[in-house]
Amino acid sequence: MVEIEEKTKDDMLQLVVVGEVDASSSIYLDNAIRNAMESGNLKILVDCTGLNYISSAGLGVFMSYLEDFKERGVRFVVCGLQEKVNHVFELLGLENLLKIVATQREAEAYLNGTQA
Amino acid sequence: MLILFIFNLLIYFRYTIIKAESVNFLDLLWKVFVAGLLTTIISLVIRFIFNILGSGALAKNILIINFFYHLNIGLVLAFLISTFVAWKRLILYQKSKWLISTWRIYEYALTGGLLFNLLGYGMFEIPFNIVFSILVLMALVLSFNLKWVAYLNFKQKWKSILFIILVLIYLSYFFLNLVRYSDENQLAIDLINDVYVLSLFTFIFSYSVIAVLVILFNLPTSSVFEKKLEEVVSFQRLSQSIPSGKNEDQVYEILLDSSVSAVFADAAWIEIIDKKGNTAKVHANNLDEEKIPEIKEQVREKEIRQIFTSEFIRESAKVSNFTGTLKGGAYKSVLACPVLSKSEHVATLVLLKEVSDGFDREMVGIIETFVNQTSISIENFRLLNEAIKNERYKEELKIATRVQKSLLPEKLNGNGKIDISAFSEAADEVGGDYYDIFNYSENRIALVIGDVSGKGTSAAFNMSQMKGIFHSLVQLDLSPKEFMINANSALSRCLERSSFITLAFYIIDFEKKTVEFSRAGHSPTLYYRHKSKRADFFETKGMGLGILRNNEFHKYVEVNEFQYNPGDIIVLYTDGITEATNAAKDEYGYARLKDSLERHAEHPPELIQKGLVEDLYKFSDEKTMGDDHSLLRVKFK
Repeated sequence: MVEIEEKTKDDMLQLVVVGEVDASSSIYLDNAIRNAMESGNLKILVDCTGLNYISSAGLGVFMSYLEDFKERGVRFVVCGLQEKVNHVFELLGLENLLKIVATQREAEAYLNGTQA
Repeated sequence: MLILFIFNLLIYFRYTIIKAESVNFLDLLWKVFVAGLLTTIISLVIRFIFNILGSGALAKNILIINFFYHLNIGLVLAFLISTFVAWKRLILYQKSKWLISTWRIYEYALTGGLLFNLLGYGMFEIPFNIVFSILVLMALVLSFNLKWVAYLNFKQKWKSILFIILVLIYLSYFFLNLVRYSDENQLAIDLINDVYVLSLFTFIFSYSVIAVLVILFNLPTSSVFEKKLEEVVSFQRLSQSIPSGKNEDQVYEILLDSSVSAVFADAAWIEIIDKKGNTAKVHANNLDEEKIPEIKEQVREKEIRQIFTSEFIRESAKVSNFTGTLKGGAYKSVLACPVLSKSEHVATLVLLKEVSDGFDREMVGIIETFVNQTSISIENFRLLNEAIKNERYKEELKIATRVQKSLLPEKLNGNGKIDISAFSEAADEVGGDYYDIFNYSENRIALVIGDVSGKGTSAAFNMSQMKGIFHSLVQLDLSPKEFMINANSALSRCLERSSFITLAFYIIDFEKKTVEFSRAGHSPTLYYRHKSKRADFFETKGMGLGILRNNEFHKYVEVNEFQYNPGDIIVLYTDGITEATNAAKDEYGYARLKDSLERHAEHPPELIQKGLVEDLYKFSDEKTMGDDHSLLRVKFK
């Protein structure tokens, strides 16, 4: 199961994901990201420090919004991936398409444009 | 002599008079009545003979008198004992433990009385009186067991009263007869002095009298009892309507009929409501269906007025009972009761009476129980149908499983240059793992393994698309890079936005002893070198198919090539293996897979895969594997 907490910090929308995202719980992640995007916020941060496992269906959720982000000019960043989870992102080549950083500070810096 | 005779009679009647059951109380009484009638007739005939003989010498002959007297008492005793056994059956109807033991004591006491006679005490002597009064007392106590009376209907009660009164008359007649004989004549045996016979008389007499009185007092309440019985039967019919294969309509009809007879409604109808809330069907009882809208209109007016005067406020007009009086029209009172199934309004039962205020609280209660039972029946009925439907779906899924299994190659032909075996299990009935082989020529083959994102049916459909794409592209003999680019392009057009496929594609050249491969987001290839006895994962780059749906994909395709040596092993697998977890939620992981291969690599080829799978299932329970998992093992020769 997964729990997703939504927070706003300055002009950023932060999604804190805790638990496991598998085929059945990926729907919650999907809803959270869709809501974030439809809220019109242009800076979205997904904090995955508490994410223990992500299945291919979960990765598919991130993937399915890539084009929408580009179209709407949304800056989207994922941070705090555990090693195992990071490996799954890497295997699939998602790190080429998705901004993935180590810490939340880096992520905020990216969103605020202080770091490219 | 007499005692033996009595014992014989007792034994005979004990076996001939059947047990009292609710159906044959009257039969029992009828038999007693007939036995009494026969005895009376014979005894009258004897008297008649005596009368004809008049005061002749023959009539004074003690021998003849005694002969007839004995015949007479034989018959009377037969009657007494048969009645005794019949009464016993009635008393012991619905017996309790206490009753059985009391009865047994009474029977022993009676037998004791029989033996007491041998002592020769006459009537009104003190020991005689003591024994007699004890027996009478017990007879009186036992006489109050009349449970069977409650199970007679009105008509049966009247019949019973008649029979028992006749039995009482016989008894009196016999008794008086015996007394007269005793007074008039010198007899060999005087039954009046027999404590057993006297007690029997008293017992039968007292039970008969009490039975008549009880039945008499029960007469006015018998209709209520019958009514209750009828309700129980209706109830049973409602609850049994499902297993007997009745359909919903029949259940509603039973409800309608039962309700009408339970509350003596003059007319009624039941309206079955479909899923959209419209009336689907109407069953009417003693009512013209055309009149229904008119009555409904009256109810509605009435309801509005009642709400207006705030006599009662109901939460929802749809889902509660409505009782009220109607003005104008033939019917003066109405009771409407909704039938709910899973809190969904499925039907409305409406009962009408020609008198006003015709439905009291008890009637509403009865109807409510009927309606509730109907709800349960309808719910069960629907559940049953659903179960049947599910069974059909299961069959369909079985077919799907079979069809999907057939999408994976049954035999893997390595042209004799490699030893190859595969294993694949889906987490659900169908899965998204795919592997295949293609022989370009004697010396070149292509291998592919893929994993569709997600699992279950959607993954299975995409897997079959992948198979189609593989077989179209592989025949073009493309390089691994071209193959991947084309596959990505094709899948980008087929897959929904959140789906993708990871794939690894290998071309093995047996002449050059090379393997050329490309990995599109798939789990890294595990490779075992025979020479070093070590296994490693190929950490190459690559992006899953269907993720990047534009012409930039080619940037992320990487092709690698290596030389193989005989005895080397490639293990292709899907992430269901490395991500399999044990009870502690630890993943099987890459290290365990690698160790497992190193342990089994030098075994005969067929044992390698067995070992790999066994190690996996030792770690993670086969039944709780959350994902599809496949494994393809290639050993070079």
